[in-house]
Amino acid sequence: MILDSKIPEGPLAEKWNKHKFNVKLVNPANKRKYEVIVVGTGLAGASAAASLAELGYNVKAFCFQDSPRRAHSIAAQGGINAAKNYQNDGDSVYRLFYDTVKGGDYRAREANVYRLAEVSVNIIDQCVAQGVPFAREYGGLLANRSFGGAQVSRTFYARGQTGQQLLLGAYSALSRQVANGKVKLYPRTEMMDLVTVEGKARGIITRNLITGTIESHSAHAVLLCTGGYGNVFFLSTNAMGSNVTAAWRAHKKGALFANPCFTQIHPTCIPVSGDHQSKLTLMSESLRNDGRVWVPRTVEIAEKVRKKQIKIADIKEEDRDYFLERKYPSFGNLVPRDVASRNAKYVCDEGRGVNETGEAVFLDFRDAIKRDSEDAIRSRYGNLFDMYQQITGDNPYKEPMMIYPAVHYTMGGLWVDYNLMTNVPGLYALGEANFSDHGANRLGASALMQGLADGYFVIPYTLGDYLAGMSKETVTADHDEFKKAAKEITDKIQKFLSIKGTKTIDHFHKRLGKIMWEYCGMARNAEGLTKAKGLIKELKAEFWRDVKVLGTPDELNMSLEKAHRVADFIELGELMVDDALNRDESCGGHFREEYQTPEGEALRDDDNFAYVAAWKYTGEGLESELVKEELKFENVKLTQRSYK
Amino acid sequence: MMNLTLKVWRQKNHKDKGGFVDYKVSGISTDMSFLEMLDVLNEELSAKGEDPVHFDHDCREGICGACSLYINGHPHGPQQTTTCQLHMRSFADGDVITIEPWRAKGFPVLKDLMTDRSAFDRIIQAGGYVSVNTGGVPDANEIPVPKIIADEAFDSATCISCGACVAACKNASAMLFVSAKISQLALLPQGQVERKSRAENMVAQMDAEGFGACTNIGACSAECPKGIKLSNIARMNREYFSAVLSSDNV
Ligand SMILES: Cc1cc2nc3c(=O)[nH]c(=O)nc-3n(C[C@H](O)[C@H](O)[C@H](O)COP(=O)(O)OP(=O)(O)OC[C@H]3O[C@@H](n4cnc5c(N)ncnc54)[C@H](O)[C@@H]3O)c2cc1C
Ligand code: SF4
Ligand code: FES
Repeated sequence: MILDSKIPEGPLAEKWNKHKFNVKLVNPANKRKYEVIVVGTGLAGASAAASLAELGYNVKAFCFQDSPRRAHSIAAQGGINAAKNYQNDGDSVYRLFYDTVKGGDYRAREANVYRLAEVSVNIIDQCVAQGVPFAREYGGLLANRSFGGAQVSRTFYARGQTGQQLLLGAYSALSRQVANGKVKLYPRTEMMDLVTVEGKARGIITRNLITGTIESHSAHAVLLCTGGYGNVFFLSTNAMGSNVTAAWRAHKKGALFANPCFTQIHPTCIPVSGDHQSKLTLMSESLRNDGRVWVPRTVEIAEKVRKKQIKIADIKEEDRDYFLERKYPSFGNLVPRDVASRNAKYVCDEGRGVNETGEAVFLDFRDAIKRDSEDAIRSRYGNLFDMYQQITGDNPYKEPMMIYPAVHYTMGGLWVDYNLMTNVPGLYALGEANFSDHGANRLGASALMQGLADGYFVIPYTLGDYLAGMSKETVTADHDEFKKAAKEITDKIQKFLSIKGTKTIDHFHKRLGKIMWEYCGMARNAEGLTKAKGLIKELKAEFWRDVKVLGTPDELNMSLEKAHRVADFIELGELMVDDALNRDESCGGHFREEYQTPEGEALRDDDNFAYVAAWKYTGEGLESELVKEELKFENVKLTQRSYK
Repeated sequence: MMNLTLKVWRQKNHKDKGGFVDYKVSGISTDMSFLEMLDVLNEELSAKGEDPVHFDHDCREGICGACSLYINGHPHGPQQTTTCQLHMRSFADGDVITIEPWRAKGFPVLKDLMTDRSAFDRIIQAGGYVSVNTGGVPDANEIPVPKIIADEAFDSATCISCGACVAACKNASAMLFVSAKISQLALLPQGQVERKSRAENMVAQMDAEGFGACTNIGACSAECPKGIKLSNIARMNREYFSAVLSSDNV
């Protein structure tokens, strides 16, 4: 199998414009003859559904939440990047492109990333026109802040609630199209399978989460905007419902899954407090603009801190190790996430962690408050500080925050070409669900940018190119392929309910999470990964033998919903481990302990691994097949990433 | 560690009459969130083969607006926060906690503690937007907005659509929710063009959904987890009356 990324010819900076000119167009009168399914109403899905409906396509939009506005994007805190250069500090499309390729440790496609940087500026214009209340300066113009991996201020924000405000903008555009009759909404509806007819994506099978009804929906194209799969680790910063099912079922229907092991561990999250924990809470990266990360210089002092034998305020300046500032003087606390996380792990592994479990470092605002006043800090991060206090019971204006890395984002996802189409014709993947732009590590404030770029500015062009080349003939939902797929789902549900085992679904999910975190988390090695492979295999067998799924198919049934999701997470876990084992190098968030520089930084192997690892599903219980897409770097030089 | 008695509203589906069922939970730590305490109950119920208590939740960070429990007579419980951000340190060992769904005509119960809040989506569809298509908009900095105005619009825009305001109101009025969106867009220059029709259409939809009238008690704002201010309602009333006096909807 050969993957064609369909990257347009020509110089980097001209590719997208040329491509937009070259793509086939669907004339306005014909657009209304096409139906498009959009699964997911986060930033990617809502922006795509609204924009396509505005163009005249008939859109059906699905989400499992009760309202499209509750998609996981709502929780994004810190901000969205754009190469506006409003700050006159030397930003440009090229710099954003360069930072992103470098930040991703040279495992992303140049052409995609350049386009992302190019359309980033349009996103901000669009959002402002919708009434998104971004932060502003006293002169009335937009304000910016800095994020990790960049030396310019290009991040636009709405206090600590940027995702909320951007999603509400996209949701408002979507709502307008619902009112216009161009979008039909299906909330509380979960996609259970993809339906292909003659090799092309022609629809989906869904389950109505209230009545349990299995339904078939046909269309000319299907867009998966279903978010990331961080919850494979059980504990992550993702919303509780975030899952891989839509993408995974499409994978089993032929779509390749790319770089599954590329997960982002975010450095600034509230540490785990106990076994009851259901999710981890992110403290936005923007806090690293003003907060300083440190641990005590010695294990002895750290020990006293853990036992609360010493007041933090009494620790002398020379006994504080601001380890990021020390090791990376030019980026300091704003090094990229993978670097910050790994270093937090190192100091805690040395025994210098500061909470009871020994797995936490300080994020300290003392100096910023002294410099700028408490009010200034409150106006920048008020809601984050409140949230921290709400959860931990501690006041971060008085005591430093305690933070630790946690699973946050998945760079891997469905393989897509330049047009965001998977290898299954007519099936597209947008937003976090695809693999395309962030390589092996995503820079802060770039996911929101990518989701909205895909939905507002890429898919409206590239989808038309595909549809123009296909017949308007509709395949109806009573086609045999739909019946077959629906029956498979009904059977699967019966299977779950008939096991009547002894262990709850969460029991299996937690065990899977522990295996993934231990062996396929912040640091990995061949031995551990091989072990994990065996453990997951056993877990899977036990799941299908002994899981207890309650209730009936025809009702609101939380237990059944989870069963589907966890079954898919287990299979995904196996593939992630395979992928991590295959990649005998370290890059970005994928840190293989065998491959590191003498200073403990990720050591890439560009000669052998400058490729996208796309995996093909070959059947139940069989090993997946690796398909490589070589990455060509014509504009940036591959170097050892340095933030010193 | 605490031991608690929970009086939980159980209702199989929309048609079922429903009623309270008592449960005991033990070993609850003060660090747990309220929903994590319910997770403990649900794991126990599931292990016994009993139907877990269904409730809406997703982000567990106080921002998606999904969680919606009526706890001891207050939407989201004793503190002015979301249910997911309520922690067990707000309770004491031996407490009896009553947990109900939102109760309002506009929010029918689906199962146990889950309600149908799609009425709020339909109100937004009636006009909670600026009618601009993707592309062809001016440069972002061509629309300057004074910081004070932008901040005030932001305050209104932080509504999470949870519906606690409706649940808190004895008339089950949705005025606080609707006024927050109308205010945000009325304050900003982008919202001016459709100002009148927006107020009229959203208010009409609100009435059509069966939400009650506002009698200025203020329970909504007092219980709103995002602190949406009553002044939004005053602004909405001004917007609405000036709109109907010179209606564009002819
Ligand atoms: C706490 C947190 C903070 C973040 N902060 C930032 C930030 O400051 N800046 C930044 O750039 N990025 C941030 N991110 C990352 C960013 O928020 C996400 O990557 C991004 O929002 C994903 O958007 P999306 O549209 O791809 O998917 P999502 O918003 O996850 O939406 C997925 C949609 O798919 C639907 N769906 C999924 N599966 C199914 C199915 N089977 N059937 C039907 N519907 C389905 C869901 O209902 C939902 O509507 C943050 C992430 C987290 C967790
Ligand atoms: S106004 Fe407050 S209480 Fe009402 S929906 Fe919005 S956030 Fe919830
Ligand atoms: S679960 Fe999202 S606000 Fe509570």
